[in-house]
Amino acid sequence: MLHTIIKKNSYQDSVNLMLLTNYISALEGVVQASIMMGTPANKDIMRNSGLYTDELEMAGANDMCIVIDTEAHTGLDDILVAVDSFLSDQSVSSSQSSTESVRSWERALKENPNANLAIISVPGQYAAAEADKALDYGLHAFIFSDNVPVAEELSLKQKAHDKGLLVMGPDCGTGIISGVPLAFANRVKAGNIGIVGASGTGIQEVTTLIDRMGGGISHAIGTGGRDLSETVGAITMLDGIRGLAHNDQTEVIVVVSKPPAKAVREKVVSQLQGLPKPVVTLFLGEKPSIHEGNVYEAYTLEEAAMIAIDLAKGAAVQPLYSLPIDVPKTALNPGQISIQGLYAGGTLAAEAAMLIADALQLKDGLIHEAGYVLRSNGHAIVDLGDDMYTQGKPHPMIDPATRIQHIEKAAQDPATAVILFDVVLGYGGHDDVAGVLAPAIEKAAAKAKTEGRNLYFVAALCGTHQDPQSYAEQMRKLEQAGVLVKESNNQAVRTVLAMMQLVLEDVPKAHRPATTFAPQAFSTSAAIEALLAGKPSVINVGLRKFTESITASGASAIQYDWRPVAGGSMKMQQILDQLKDYQFTS
Amino acid sequence: MKYQTIDEANRVVIDKIVGGAPFLVDVVPAHTVIPELEGKTLLHAGPPIAYKDMTGPMQGSCVGAALFEGWAKDEMEARSMLERGDIHFIPCHHVKAVGPMGGITSGNMPVFVVNNRSEGNEAYCIMNEGIGKVLRFGAYSEEVITRLTWMKDVLGPTLSRALKATKEGLNLNVMIAKAITMGDEFHQRNIAASLVFLKEISPYIVNLDMDKQEMQSVIKFLADTDQFFLNIMMAASKAVMDGARTVKAGTVVTAMCRNGQDFGIRISGMGDEWFTAPVNTPQGLFFTGFSQADANPDIGDSAITETFGVGGMAMIAAPGVTRFVGAGGFQDALATSNEMVEISIDQNPNFTVPTWNFRGICLGIDARKVVETGITPVINTGIAHKEPGVGQIGAGTVRPPVECFEKALEAYASKLGLL
Repeated sequence: MLHTIIKKNSYQDSVNLMLLTNYISALEGVVQASIMMGTPANKDIMRNSGLYTDELEMAGANDMCIVIDTEAHTGLDDILVAVDSFLSDQSVSSSQSSTESVRSWERALKENPNANLAIISVPGQYAAAEADKALDYGLHAFIFSDNVPVAEELSLKQKAHDKGLLVMGPDCGTGIISGVPLAFANRVKAGNIGIVGASGTGIQEVTTLIDRMGGGISHAIGTGGRDLSETVGAITMLDGIRGLAHNDQTEVIVVVSKPPAKAVREKVVSQLQGLPKPVVTLFLGEKPSIHEGNVYEAYTLEEAAMIAIDLAKGAAVQPLYSLPIDVPKTALNPGQISIQGLYAGGTLAAEAAMLIADALQLKDGLIHEAGYVLRSNGHAIVDLGDDMYTQGKPHPMIDPATRIQHIEKAAQDPATAVILFDVVLGYGGHDDVAGVLAPAIEKAAAKAKTEGRNLYFVAALCGTHQDPQSYAEQMRKLEQAGVLVKESNNQAVRTVLAMMQLVLEDVPKAHRPATTFAPQAFSTSAAIEALLAGKPSVINVGLRKFTESITASGASAIQYDWRPVAGGSMKMQQILDQLKDYQFTS
Repeated sequence: MKYQTIDEANRVVIDKIVGGAPFLVDVVPAHTVIPELEGKTLLHAGPPIAYKDMTGPMQGSCVGAALFEGWAKDEMEARSMLERGDIHFIPCHHVKAVGPMGGITSGNMPVFVVNNRSEGNEAYCIMNEGIGKVLRFGAYSEEVITRLTWMKDVLGPTLSRALKATKEGLNLNVMIAKAITMGDEFHQRNIAASLVFLKEISPYIVNLDMDKQEMQSVIKFLADTDQFFLNIMMAASKAVMDGARTVKAGTVVTAMCRNGQDFGIRISGMGDEWFTAPVNTPQGLFFTGFSQADANPDIGDSAITETFGVGGMAMIAAPGVTRFVGAGGFQDALATSNEMVEISIDQNPNFTVPTWNFRGICLGIDARKVVETGITPVINTGIAHKEPGVGQIGAGTVRPPVECFEKALEAYASKLGLL
């Protein structure tokens, strides 16, 4: 059924009207629509498309002609409201993105001449070359990319060290410079605690715990997981420690790492003992029994945060930091014997494995194969961020799908008593992990119930109240789904252990003066000092969302939409190189 | 030699673009300036193509031209002449000309004559017929032929006499500079430039000794035809780019055009040689009743405007048409022009864009930068129906295939003895 509406003296640009026509044509009940100004040429077009009506005869060039062919029972009113609202609200349909992007280093540097940091998240095979260019341009590099050969990492870090620059990464997930989150990181309050860490979620856990316990962070420098290997020799960690030692905002330094090679550990610790600032170390997997000199050794990420807070306040460090555990009443069947840990954060998984192995007094339960970090006595801790789960798929911190599959599988196993997992908030992560996991958890628990089992879920919620995802809201959603939510990974694991009637012994630590104390001369470069003196100015080479979180924090960033030169064609790259160098002879 | 490296050679080419001084000096029957149009000969858009390989709208234009020239009495006769090969074809670009869409130009069609005073060369382009059912989009009804005949008999001679009454023709640089500040990008939007043209030419027209009704019809046509300046801009771009490509060195793109089958480019270092690859189909917005499925593949010589640095390259200049970039708005137009800077050697100080903080339009597309970044120029274009006779069905944007630029660089490297 054809309807004609003429809006007298209502001029609209033809583009707007084409957009409006597309929009109206898609409405329910509309067979076809044409909205044009009533010029003779347009009337011809209406005629050609079978939408000419006699009413159009009277319309002039300044009249808007709306001809709508509707299904018989469809009324016109809603459609006319839609037309009016479209026309009055056209600016909103325009893209709001204001992120400036460039496609070359040349333009990136021209647009942001003050840049001092490059974030590189290009495919691994190209990452080292781009980081090398960044160093040549005098920029510090934060390399998010993984799969960079260790030899290239070493050569980049040596070059950076010689030039007084920092290379964070490769495979560096997290960093915070003067409150500006780099890659996967949380919004934390400013404060006097600086962190250098060879672990992404380890840094996230410590920084967010400090934030929620009332402390604040000056900087968090990620080094990449291999920095403390024998090959690399902690080049970035040592430069980072020296940088923080010189940084006025930093009064306490926290070092987080998995246990390093012995010689490297000694090199790092002897550097720490020479510093004029107190240091907290967490070498994950070591169970320290002593604090020495100005170096305080923590057992868990939570303890590291608590010691740092006391030091930051100028309070005395206590021999033991143990928070009371609220043990829920559990009713398990005799066959329900196992803890299943399904982690998104690698360091959090490793910490859970360490604590469980300690409670079980395992000698050899800790493994590193097929994504498992612990597999013993029926208990398992899986790092779902391991390469074997993420190939061709997004990381579980971005996409919870893999974790949901594992939850379903673990819930079906009659031996499972508790499913333990982490929820990591912050920039770079999923917008609403709790909202996606909750229905799967409720379903799994209900199914177990019908099979005569109580299935328990315990979560460690890592994040801050300033994070883009609301901490309180995420907690509420999890709790509503029946999950016991704990504010640290340590608390979550200890709760699970208590539920399983497993005991974890804590060792009070004595403090003794440093035996090897020898104040050392140390210095930092002007470039590192400048990086830590204020908000970084960033060239983000790769993933666009990293730029968004930086600009959201008030720092300047240029988005470099990186592509391989000549689409990766070796032949064209060679031709380009030759043409670049060509000299006309005559 | 004035240059040692390719960068320096390119600089000489772009200096000639900046220094170009196009003047609109006359409107004449095409055969009087293009001697190649003798006998049954037609010019077509794009790199060389045979009649049988032309897409619908270009074939439709050929039929229309045969009717207009009186070679055939009806469509059937025209088609059989064309199919028999009675009519000879030459690309517009081979005879100093450019043609919009189908590009079909016949000897008796009036063409603009643009003289590039800096190099002393000329370029030609037929006049814009308006919108809807028009020859360039493949329509050839009686109405179309009648209009073409009127343009030949009335419009062309009137403009010719008016232009001759000016001292030195019309300085197109001045008109372009004015219109770009008024929101034209000279490919999809020419309304400001068309008005500036009308403002410049009408005092001369109204002073001519001619039939009052014919005079009125000329003024009315110029006033109604929003895109009238597009064809002048095409001839101006062609004149300037032909002047610049006399350098015969470097990697500056000196022409881009399409015949519905292939996209073709020329670069300064390879002179007259075309580098072609299969053409893409424009994406855009459609008149009611038509959709992407009806769209003819990209066609026409009008991409000479992008080669010069306007059209899609200057998207940000024309907020009025920015939404053709898809559903986006001003920010997308800004992003488009900013992206085009990545493949341009410099920016032309003669034509500054207010909405771009008075940055100059893109100057000198470097084929090396296109290949290096994978960014291809954005072309603003009309969309023809793929069937002959239907005409324009929408407008949108299209990009050339990157292979054209790769082939050009490879050939140039080979010419320089590098391969």
